[in-house]
Amino acid sequence: MALRSLALATRKTLTLGLNSTRLSQSRALQTFSLPDLPYDYGALEPAISGEIMQLHHQKHHQTYITNYNKALEQLHDAIQKGDSSTVAKLQSAIKFNGGGHINHSIFWQNLAPIREGGGEPPKGSLGWVIDTNFGSLESLIQNINAEGAALQGSGWVWLGLDKELKKLVIETTANQDPLVTKGPHLVPLLGIDVWEHAYYLQYKNVRPDYLKNIWKVINWKYASEVYEKESA
Amino acid sequence: MAASTSMLTSSSFTFPSQGLRLPTRTHPCMKPQKRFVRKDASNVITATYDLKPPPYPLNALEPHMSRETLEYHWGKHHRTYVENLNKQIVGTDLEGLSLEDIIIVAYNKGDILPAFNNAAQAWNHDFFWESMKPGGGGKPSGDLLDLIERDFGSFERFTEEFRSAAATQFGSGWAWLAYKANRLGVENAVNPWPSENDKKLVIVKSPNAVNPLVWDYFPLLTIDVWEHAYYLDFQNQRADYISMFMEKLVSWEAVNARLEKAKAEAAEREMEEERRKNEEEWKPTDDDDDDDEGLEMYVDSEDDSEAE
Repeated sequence: MALRSLALATRKTLTLGLNSTRLSQSRALQTFSLPDLPYDYGALEPAISGEIMQLHHQKHHQTYITNYNKALEQLHDAIQKGDSSTVAKLQSAIKFNGGGHINHSIFWQNLAPIREGGGEPPKGSLGWVIDTNFGSLESLIQNINAEGAALQGSGWVWLGLDKELKKLVIETTANQDPLVTKGPHLVPLLGIDVWEHAYYLQYKNVRPDYLKNIWKVINWKYASEVYEKESA
Repeated sequence: MAASTSMLTSSSFTFPSQGLRLPTRTHPCMKPQKRFVRKDASNVITATYDLKPPPYPLNALEPHMSRETLEYHWGKHHRTYVENLNKQIVGTDLEGLSLEDIIIVAYNKGDILPAFNNAAQAWNHDFFWESMKPGGGGKPSGDLLDLIERDFGSFERFTEEFRSAAATQFGSGWAWLAYKANRLGVENAVNPWPSENDKKLVIVKSPNAVNPLVWDYFPLLTIDVWEHAYYLDFQNQRADYISMFMEKLVSWEAVNARLEKAKAEAAEREMEEERRKNEEEWKPTDDDDDDDEGLEMYVDSEDDSEAE
């Protein structure tokens, strides 16, 4: 019975050429909006200033979202019109702005005020696998900071889980490329934004100081939750 | 590295292989003379590049670009590139080369070598400070304005395109006005009838440390769009920074001077290539067979599959 209705549906879609257009028009294009921070702008001080948090969230992240929505709308139109050249042209805007939205949404959850557990070392299985893979938490942090400091230009440094190889990895991505662009089986546990806008007003050119201090507000609880879920 | 240096003076680039653009520039800076070399008391050669100050005091661009920005941008960022470059090239084959030579060699046709970032950023920032002046902005005049109007339609269209390039360089990088005097855009193509129209002004943007020297263009003007260039004064408002730069800081004098130099160098290079071509045509060597094969590929083909 199910097969027959499927076959009927398929035939209908094939014969009624307009059908697919009508379907996608009625399916509303999802727009994205700025997620709220789970803490006040000033709550991460002195590690990250309130001024930076506000600009970072309300201006930078919001701009990525605005431009992402715009690009998606243009993509939607181009697909409907069969305008392949516009479709191709939009890919970089989607990667930049969509990536910016993805990465920053993760970042806000990677941070927490000290009184809410920010900076507390990971316990449970993540803590254990860090010690196994890197020797110690200090060693992991040193590695991540070295990679983050060495990154030329703008980008992110990540602690990720390779789901296929079942191990932790440290990776960097350029600009707003999400971690998955480095490997389809990579899941981000922690990301640190090393674009200058993430630290400049406070740390100026001294990115290593920003990297040293941010660990005081890193939310290992979130990273542990993701790790447990993805390694199950 | 020694092999690369010898490429710079090689006369083996004959007419058909003109497409090989890189170290054949007959640019004064590209000649492999030792530059900035000092010998200390023990007669050991050490090459050091200096951090040149901007051609104006650090507060001279206020209120448009703050003294604080210059203090960090020149005093920390630019200084660090220079210091790290010096440390990086000590005892290597790059020591003793001019900065522009290091950039081309370390760019390595895109397969970037470690010294590239520091060398290119040191050069880019020198070029940037000199692209600005107190009381700058306004419009260019003379040949420069003529060329801008020829190649962009109008000064307004040029400004629009330059701003757009600067605003859409995603992540860190630079936007440039450059003079493009090389023959065609494709590396292995030969332009059978070069003309003055091949020489044109172009606007390009580049990521991180890359600059138009690596594409064999002559840079004329640049704006730094790394966030450190504008964050203290404008925070995330890059567009406002770009407007300020165009309206208040651009040194058209500097751009003019660079254009004149570029035109002269392009002319010199053309003469050099003509001379080399004439030499080759008269040379009675076994190489002639290879040359004929090369010429055949471009000039006379029995194979009509390439024809329309």
